Amino acid sequence: MPTAAEVKKRIETAIPGSEADVTSDDNVHFSACVAAAEFAGLSLVEQHRLVYAIFEEGELGGSIHALALTTEPR
Amino acid sequence: MTDQPENPLRESLAEAISSNEVILFMKGTPEQPMCGFSARTCAALAATETEFAAVDVLADPRIRQELSSLSNWPTIPQLFVKGELVGGADIVGQMYESGELAAVLGAPAPDGIDPLPETAEPSSAPPLQIENRLS
Repeated sequence: MPTAAEVKKRIETAIPGSEADVTSDDNVHFSACVAAAEFAGLSLVEQHRLVYAIFEEGELGGSIHALALTTEPR
Repeated sequence: MTDQPENPLRESLAEAISSNEVILFMKGTPEQPMCGFSARTCAALAATETEFAAVDVLADPRIRQELSSLSNWPTIPQLFVKGELVGGADIVGQMYESGELAAVLGAPAPDGIDPLPETAEPSSAPPLQIENRLS
């Protein structure tokens, strides 16, 4: 099971310059707030897609049962 | 070549999305959501007093698979308005709170915005959640 710190690192590695606050009480349900310059000018759907794309197929809904996501351009 | 569509499920999903102005793909039904995220999204739609079509993706695992490949969106729920993906539970919740959701739905602007319940659990006794046993 991934930890919040691992999920944070994966997001920040995949989106250079981003800052991710990730929390989880059980390492299954995660909550992430991601700020990235890359989000500027993108719709919310496009911003979330960038984050979702970091994870492998089946991972969201699988080992990461839920990822509550907030994104903001910075 | 045949007259049969190559992927009838995908075509019927595309058809459902284009022929319903507001359509929500969710786990469970609006009356009995099977997941907190789906419940929360239904609550946001209900608060804007918008009628919407709902599809229970738990009815058949292939629905979720085809939908995600069609929409390029990995999670459920998914809200489509006028054929466009508006987002999942987080985006819908955020847009509800900013008042944007009512605008996208063409609903009258709300007088005030009631906060959605923090934990949107199914209102009745939760039935067996098979997906939870898989993770």
